Amino acid sequence: MALQLDARGPTTPTPGRPRPSQAGRLSRIDAKYSPYLYIAPFFVIFVIFGAWPLAYTFWVSLHDWDLLGSDPAFIGADNYTQLLADSDFWHSVVNTLGIFLISTVPQLLLALWLANLLNRQLRFRTGWRMAVLVPNVTSTAAVAIVFGVLFGREFGMINWMLDLVGVDGIEWKSNRLASWVAISAMVDWRWTGYNALIFLAAMQAIPRDLYEAAAIDGANRARQFWSVTVPLLKPTIIFCVIISTIGGLQLFTEPRLFHSGTNAIRGGPMRESQTMTMYMFENAFAPYYNFGYGSAVAWLLFALIAIVAAINVLIIRRLGSSARPPEGKRKGGSR
Amino acid sequence: MATFPRHRLAAVALAAAGALLVTSGCGSDDAASDGKITLTVDVFGQFGYEQLYQEYMDANPGVKIVERGTGGNLDEYSPKLTQWLAAGKGAGDVVAIEEGLMVEYKANPDNFVNLLDHDAAGLKGNFLEWKWNQGLTADGQKLIGLGTDVGGMAICYRTDLFAKAGLPTDREEVSKLWPTWEDYIAVGERFKAQNTGASFLDAATNTFNTIVLQTAGNASGYHYYDTSENLVVDSNPAVRQAWDTTMKIINAGLSGKYGSWSEEWVSAFKQAKFATIACPAWMTGVIEGYAGPEAKGKWDIARVPGDGGNWGGSHLAVPAQSKHQEEAIKLVKFLTSPQGHIGAFKAKGPLPSSPQALDDPAITEASNAYFSDAPVGKIFGTGAKTLKPVYMGPKNQAVRTEVENAVRTVELGQRSPDQGWQDAVNNAKKAAAK
Repeated sequence: MALQLDARGPTTPTPGRPRPSQAGRLSRIDAKYSPYLYIAPFFVIFVIFGAWPLAYTFWVSLHDWDLLGSDPAFIGADNYTQLLADSDFWHSVVNTLGIFLISTVPQLLLALWLANLLNRQLRFRTGWRMAVLVPNVTSTAAVAIVFGVLFGREFGMINWMLDLVGVDGIEWKSNRLASWVAISAMVDWRWTGYNALIFLAAMQAIPRDLYEAAAIDGANRARQFWSVTVPLLKPTIIFCVIISTIGGLQLFTEPRLFHSGTNAIRGGPMRESQTMTMYMFENAFAPYYNFGYGSAVAWLLFALIAIVAAINVLIIRRLGSSARPPEGKRKGGSR
Repeated sequence: MATFPRHRLAAVALAAAGALLVTSGCGSDDAASDGKITLTVDVFGQFGYEQLYQEYMDANPGVKIVERGTGGNLDEYSPKLTQWLAAGKGAGDVVAIEEGLMVEYKANPDNFVNLLDHDAAGLKGNFLEWKWNQGLTADGQKLIGLGTDVGGMAICYRTDLFAKAGLPTDREEVSKLWPTWEDYIAVGERFKAQNTGASFLDAATNTFNTIVLQTAGNASGYHYYDTSENLVVDSNPAVRQAWDTTMKIINAGLSGKYGSWSEEWVSAFKQAKFATIACPAWMTGVIEGYAGPEAKGKWDIARVPGDGGNWGGSHLAVPAQSKHQEEAIKLVKFLTSPQGHIGAFKAKGPLPSSPQALDDPAITEASNAYFSDAPVGKIFGTGAKTLKPVYMGPKNQAVRTEVENAVRTVELGQRSPDQGWQDAVNNAKKAAAK
């Protein structure tokens, strides 16, 4: 918005100048096209690093493409038909969605709660706010390796603590649900603080008089949170949900490094926590080196993300509309 | 005229983007400032070349050698190598190729320098015949790799744990305990009954691979693929026999279930959590690396149950993308010469694939201090010249992964032996078809 206003700025004084013809034309062109120039770098880079790889991946996915081989054969949609009938692929889709749900839902709720806490008058407020971001600046690889060790079957600390309270050790790496939980813990540890800070920023943009009005109407803190804060955070929540969706569905480093040793890309002996991106890697690179098939997985992953993001938006919209009545009341009252 | 600035700016933007591409693309170029040529050698595990590099650099002052990937896992190394080859950029000037993957790389020989074009033909006598042939394409026209080591088999065991379980610790006596795998299992049961707090062996997958290579080598000479490259996992009796023996090991509860090459496996080495491990010659270097100096003298080496067998071993190749092919070829010839084989063996234990080296007193009289001065040259070297290699088919690595993975699921109790066998057969077929 601001950019548009600035760009138009110079056009207004020109008609007042003595020689309008040449200079006027120039500045008209300037006004008309220079905004595109200003945003061009992004699009140029996007075409090179975003659109072109996307298109190329699609092209590759239509071939029987051995990574090392020459002259890949065009096979049309064969990779896709084979993939849609591939039980290991669907297994990885279920894993991805499962880990996504187990990690994202608690993560966003926790982040909201944390943000609400940080939004109050606290001692060392800045310190607390910075502290929640610390996990996010830690290297994912380091986090994944440490968690991989914590959740070890025999030498892991978690199983040791379970043992202290008399619970049998859990096969964190070869039990499907357990591995999902372990990986979700890793994701949440890393991303909760980040989302909390985004929520916090949005919370601070909410005018204080809304809370004052609510307080005068007799709303307690919880009521204020659910009836004022949450509805006004809706756009931010949508943003966080979409970003988490993309990140969650592309999950790779955490589950990959959670497993170690021979063939870790499988995500456990029976593919307990192999995500779609891991399945893509397994096919495009070792041990199959089938680049075409891997590319087809990449495109279906893209489609899945689009679908899930659309569902997200629909759900959040509905949530938003059901939360509207209190908003309507407020309209009558305070505005 | 009027539109000129726009073009110019667009050109600047494009040029900037282009510059970005160029700088990111050329990050790895070696521009040695002192006029030396840098040769990069890509390996995995322990090849034991440090001393040899030093000798070579002393003799060739214009060359600097950098080794990458030392101590790494083959599973992580091979995809990287493939990506470098596919991208036409990034691979070292000399690369190691493991025998199980050789067939895949040989299928596209143009990725590598044909060593026959560089006077390598005369070196044939320096290698065991089958080792030489492994580096040769099917039509015999191209030689992409010269042999490094072979993986003669033994069993490495911890004397302290054996003593604790009341078993003999002397390597001759231990070798007599297990002429066959059945006997090995019986010893395992005795060991287990003593509750030492350690398992008898590390992981059933390693033992399975040892047994299948041995059984197949002694029978048909192939395991997962026959020599016409048909997948024969379900019909080859050698595979089934190895499977059944492994199931007995699992049923007897002898395995510690430490997934091979995982963090837990490494921890188990450190904490002395298993007493024996299937031990191809190159494994001695791995054990020393993982068990660490504090376990020196606590390990020893006994003969393998059954008869002989070969697991692993590599070749050195020069990728066609190397900018210093001549120098790299020279280095490969040096490292794979009988003297190179001996030097590597002394450093980290990989068994030479050169008959001259195998006959050399430096090998035949060699002992390994880490393994209680075991006469490693005699233990591994004796059978090396009569080793019966196993043929590796086109998707060998992928198929092997599936079969071993099935072993792993049974070992972890996720599948019954029958279900596991079904998985092995079905998934191997699926893998071979991909």
